[in-house]
Amino acid sequence: MALLEVKNLGINFGGLRAVDGVNLTIEEGQLYGLIGPNGAGKTTVFNLLTGVYKPTSGTIRLDNESIVGKSSSQICQTGIARTFQNIRLFNNMTVLENVKAAFHNEFKYSLLASLLHSKSFSSGEKEMDKRALDLLKVFGLDIYADEYACNLSYGAQRKLEIARALATNPKLLLLDEPAAGMNPQETSELMDTIRLIRERFHVTILLIEHDMKLVSGICEEILVLNFGTELAKGTPDEVLNNPEVITAYLGEE
Amino acid sequence: MEKKASNNMNLKNNKNFNKKIIAVVGIVVGYILISLLANGDLLSRQFKSLIVPAGINIILAVSLNLTVGFLGELSLGHAGFMSIGAYTAALFTLNMNLPGPLEFMIAIVLAGLIAGLFGYLIGVPVLRLRGDYLAIVTLAFGEIIRSLINSFKFTGGAIGLSKIPRYSNYTWVYVLVILTILLSYNFVTSRYGRAIKSIRENYIAAETIGIKVSRYKTLTFAIAAFFAGVAGALYSHNFGVLRPSDFDYNKSIEILVIVVLGGMGSIRGSVIAAILLTILPEALRAVNEFRMLLYAIVLIIMMLLRSPDLRAKIEENEKLPKFIKNFGKIKEGGI
Repeated sequence: MALLEVKNLGINFGGLRAVDGVNLTIEEGQLYGLIGPNGAGKTTVFNLLTGVYKPTSGTIRLDNESIVGKSSSQICQTGIARTFQNIRLFNNMTVLENVKAAFHNEFKYSLLASLLHSKSFSSGEKEMDKRALDLLKVFGLDIYADEYACNLSYGAQRKLEIARALATNPKLLLLDEPAAGMNPQETSELMDTIRLIRERFHVTILLIEHDMKLVSGICEEILVLNFGTELAKGTPDEVLNNPEVITAYLGEE
Repeated sequence: MEKKASNNMNLKNNKNFNKKIIAVVGIVVGYILISLLANGDLLSRQFKSLIVPAGINIILAVSLNLTVGFLGELSLGHAGFMSIGAYTAALFTLNMNLPGPLEFMIAIVLAGLIAGLFGYLIGVPVLRLRGDYLAIVTLAFGEIIRSLINSFKFTGGAIGLSKIPRYSNYTWVYVLVILTILLSYNFVTSRYGRAIKSIRENYIAAETIGIKVSRYKTLTFAIAAFFAGVAGALYSHNFGVLRPSDFDYNKSIEILVIVVLGGMGSIRGSVIAAILLTILPEALRAVNEFRMLLYAIVLIIMMLLRSPDLRAKIEENEKLPKFIKNFGKIKEGGI
C-alpha cells in the first residue's frame, strides 16, 4: 500500500490550468523528487497536498484516506508537514518556541491549566522543552535555543524550518527547495541531513529542488513537471537522460 | 553528569519557587502601597480619584494587548465590549437587592461573561478578515453597540443610567488588575499564547503545523472582550452614572494608544503606559487652556522615543543623558 496516492490532480486559477492530470505514488520510506523549470507548478502541487489550495479535480489519499477538502491544520494532523520555498519562520519567537509551537496538538493541556499554570501545564512544558531540545540537537541548533529565529543565519533558518516540520511528527515531509540559496558546501551538508532525518524519524520525503546534483544524489524516484503536466517519471538516470526533459530545461538546439 | 542535570533541575524548581514568593510579596506590598496612597496625605483628592480609572485602563490595555500585541490583529472596538460589560453590571446591581460585595462580584463576572460572549459571536464571522479590513469592522461594531445602547429603553437611551451603587474602590480594582495581569501572563506563556503568537508571525505556517487559526483568533477575541467587560463593570460602579457617549470610538483609540505606547506584546509596558496616560491629562490641568495640545505633543514625543529606528540612533549617540536613553526601553515581544 502506497503512503501517498495522487490521481489526476488538477487546479484552475481562473482560465489558467496551473496543474493538470498529475499522478504520483509514493511508497513508505521513499525519497521522491519533484523537479521542473520555473513556473511548472511544483509549489502549486505542494499547496494542493497541504490544503492551501483546493484541487478542482483529482484525488489525494494519504494512507488510503482522502485528504481533499481538509484544512491545512487537519492535513497536518493526518501526517503531512512541509517547509516553504520562501522561509516562513516565526521570526520574533525564539528557536525553541518555534519548535514548541509545532507540538501544539501533541501536548494538549487545557485552557484552564494554561490560565492557572497548573501541574499539567508545567509537566507538559517541561516535556516539550526536552523534546524540542532533542530535536534541535539533531540539527545542531540547540545552542541557539533562546535566540530569536530572525537572528539565525540563512542555512540555520532552513534547518529550523525542517525541525519545526518534523516536530509535528509527520509521515510525509514535503521540502520546498531546501537548498535554495545555499553554497555547494552547505548543499552537501544538507544532503547528509536529509538522509539522516529519513533514517532517524522514519519519514517519507518528497522534495522540490533545482539543484540537479542534490536531486540525483539522494532521490530514488523523480517526477518532472512542465507547464503543470507530467513530462517524465522514473529513476534519476532515466529522467535526466530523457531527451524531452533536456529540451524542457535547456531548450531545443 | 546526571547529578549535574538533577542539580540544574532543582535550581530551576527553586528559581520558580522563589519567583512565586517574590510575586506574592510584590502583590501584598503593592496593595499596602495603594491603600497608603488612597488613604494617606500623599496624594491630593484629585489624584486619589485617579486610582480607580488607572486600574480600569490597565485592565483595558492589558486585554487589548492580547489582541493587538500577541495575536497581531488591530481591534478598534474595545470600548464596545467595555460598554456591554458596563451596562450589564449596572443593570444587574440596579435591579437586584443582594448584599453589596456579593452583588458586585456577581455583576463583574456576569459583565465579563456577556462581553466575552459578544466577543466570541463577533469573532466567528469577522475574524476571517485580516489587517485593515478587520480593524474597520471592529470600529463599526463598536459604533453599532453604542447606537443600540443609545436607542434601547432599558439602557436609558441617550440619558443613560444613574444612581448606580458606587461599589468600585481601590481594593476591587487592585484585585481585578492583579487577576487580569496574572491570567493574561499565564495565557500568553502557555501553548495557547504560543499558538496566537505564531499566528501573528505567520498564519500560513501556523496553519500548516496544525494550529487552527480562526479558532484561536476567536478565543483570544473572547478573552480580551471578557476583561474589557470586567473593566466596564468597574467603570459603571465608579461614578454611578453611565452614558452611551462614554464609549465612542475615542475611547477605543485611547486604549489603543496606551497599548502602542507601552509596546505591542508587552504586558509590563501596557501597565506603565496606562498609569502614565491616566495621570497625564490631570497633571496638565494647571495649564488648562493648552491641555489637549500639550497632551498631544507629549504623546508624539513619547511615540518618537518608542520607535525602533529612533531608539537605535539615540542609543548610539553618546552626548544624550542616560534617562532619555533608557526611556521606553521595554523589550518588544517580552512580557
